[in-house]
Amino acid sequence: MDIHEYQAKELLSRYQIHVPRGGLAYSPEQAAYRAREIGGDRWIVKAQIHSGARGKAGGVKLCSSDHEIVDAADAMLGQTLVTHQTGPQGKLVGRLYVEEAMDIAREIYLGFVLDRKSERIMIVASSSGGMEIEEIAEAEPDSIIRATVDPGVGMQDFQAREIAFGLGIDNALIGRATQTLLGCYRAFVDYDASMLEINPLVVTRGGDLVALDAKMSFDENALYRRPQIAEMRDKSQEDQRETYASDRGLSYVGLDGNIGCIINGAGLAMATMDMIKIAGGEPANFLDIGGGASPDRVAKSFRAVLRDSNVETILVNIFAGINRCDWVAEGVLKALKEVGVPVPLVVRLSGTNMEEGRRILAESGENIIVAETLAEAADKAVAAWRSFTAGKAA
Amino acid sequence: MSILLDKNTRVIVQGFTGKIGSFHAEDMQRYGTNVVGGVTPGKGGQTHLGVPVFNTVKGAVQETGADASIVFVPPPFAADSIMEAADAGIRLCVCITDGIPSQDMIRVKRYMRRYRFEDRMTLIGPNCAGMITPGEAMMGIMPGSIYLPGRIGIVGRSGTLGYEAASQMKERGIGVSTSVGIGGDPVNGSSFKDMLELFEQDPNTDAVLMIGEIGGPQEAEAALWARDNMKKPLIAYIAGLSAPKGRRMGHAGAIISAFGESAQEKVEILKSAGVTIVPTPSSFGETVADVLSVMKAA
Repeated sequence: MDIHEYQAKELLSRYQIHVPRGGLAYSPEQAAYRAREIGGDRWIVKAQIHSGARGKAGGVKLCSSDHEIVDAADAMLGQTLVTHQTGPQGKLVGRLYVEEAMDIAREIYLGFVLDRKSERIMIVASSSGGMEIEEIAEAEPDSIIRATVDPGVGMQDFQAREIAFGLGIDNALIGRATQTLLGCYRAFVDYDASMLEINPLVVTRGGDLVALDAKMSFDENALYRRPQIAEMRDKSQEDQRETYASDRGLSYVGLDGNIGCIINGAGLAMATMDMIKIAGGEPANFLDIGGGASPDRVAKSFRAVLRDSNVETILVNIFAGINRCDWVAEGVLKALKEVGVPVPLVVRLSGTNMEEGRRILAESGENIIVAETLAEAADKAVAAWRSFTAGKAA
Repeated sequence: MSILLDKNTRVIVQGFTGKIGSFHAEDMQRYGTNVVGGVTPGKGGQTHLGVPVFNTVKGAVQETGADASIVFVPPPFAADSIMEAADAGIRLCVCITDGIPSQDMIRVKRYMRRYRFEDRMTLIGPNCAGMITPGEAMMGIMPGSIYLPGRIGIVGRSGTLGYEAASQMKERGIGVSTSVGIGGDPVNGSSFKDMLELFEQDPNTDAVLMIGEIGGPQEAEAALWARDNMKKPLIAYIAGLSAPKGRRMGHAGAIISAFGESAQEKVEILKSAGVTIVPTPSSFGETVADVLSVMKAA
């Protein structure tokens, strides 16, 4: 789960990490008021969306008067910003963060990630801040410093010092840098983060070390014990199809294609989507219905998939292990009655009691295309989709 | 025999008396698994499904001589249960639980290192369907009937995609020595490479099918190990060709977040290591059959 920049900064400031003075605004007037509250004569107005690279998309603006702040806020609020991280649909700007502008002497990159190879928390730092880490890895690979933390004892002072000296930080600021690094590590652990990025961490002309931007993501499996983080969820930043599904306990990812998918198991779901692609179609979504494909869950899944108006065919692929296919077939029929499916429906049932399940579907009198194998299911779904769209066009 | 699990393995069930634990323990008993007891703190002394219940894993090991455990404990308590098993001298632990926080798993992995390599527990999962040695024993939640006993090892992250592969093989009369689900979490117990090492040494396994997916470094690591160390044929499929970057596809670990983690990139790495690629998820059976016929001819 992602949070906004201002939320990450508020969290980090509790761990002795210095951040610019700032305030949240929901309107242009409020933005100007925040600037007066902060004082000074230059401010940054920043669109709060769950994405980096906001500057290039017009989501970050340096202002030096009330007027400019109101104009910048007016231009940003209610807009959809498209960055290379948001995808083409972009993200809606509903909140702004107004900050004092900093005099920057140099920019540093600082990141904390969960490294899957070492199975430890890894610190990634570079003296070439301001760019994205992928760009740094490309342009200045030698500038990147990495260290992993032994989970038995946590991050040690010497590790923080080594990184700070490695970044070429002045002696006078080494203590501050060490505190910043250790603070980030503690925040990462205390809140079950999965990613923390301060880019850039700046050395100011006044001789301070300040987090100019901050990005944090959290382990969704740990939200049950981090209610303060769970409360920060901003549903306006999520794909509305996904919010609907996740609120109903379904694992769903919205995509750009036309063939809606209802599948049990994440691996089989990915493989079925691959099969659709190989057959010449494009999946509209990933959906794992989970272990117990009860009639109720099947119906919920149909509703979630059909909320996407691009869906022009639905493919159900269930490999029943603990489930029974006859039971799943009843669920599909129940869903058809309750939800109404205005597009072609292809169903492939395999595993426990599959003959019985297929018989129930065949004898239902409903217009269901039944498939026996995965390849057949994908082929039939793509063919059904083609004739459906041809019919619509005609 | 197989790897890790056979009909003599003495299995206890952690989270034994709960609804899920009971359901699958009974299913495992029906399959022939030697379930010797279970653990539910506070219910020690009772009998459940015909075997004794213990308060602690240590107690269960002392009384029953159990050497393996399967964990059905809910996510907030699962990491603790795994560490309890490791400390009680359990040799093989399969954790089915989905939803364990990553930092808990980091601690579990660190904790397991306090034992010498020879004494260290093998952890399978979490967030997996478990493992099965067809015709002998099952420690998991899979439908046992879709696996034919045989000589192909299977190791995969996903449950149902593994079922798909096993049933395609069964249709062609190809059986399985042992099938292991290592689970879909970013930090997990045994890696693909760990299982390949065991299959390579197993006299009853002729070839191995590896079913990977997007995210993480494990498939590439396994491929490089296989290139340098494995004599048996390795066949592989990577799920997630159509998965976009940065989106989590159901499994906590199924997310492309770094170079080399997409399906296309992994397939290239596997190919260059000499691994036979299953081109589509409907051709598991066909590809394995082809490899077997080449082996027979040789």
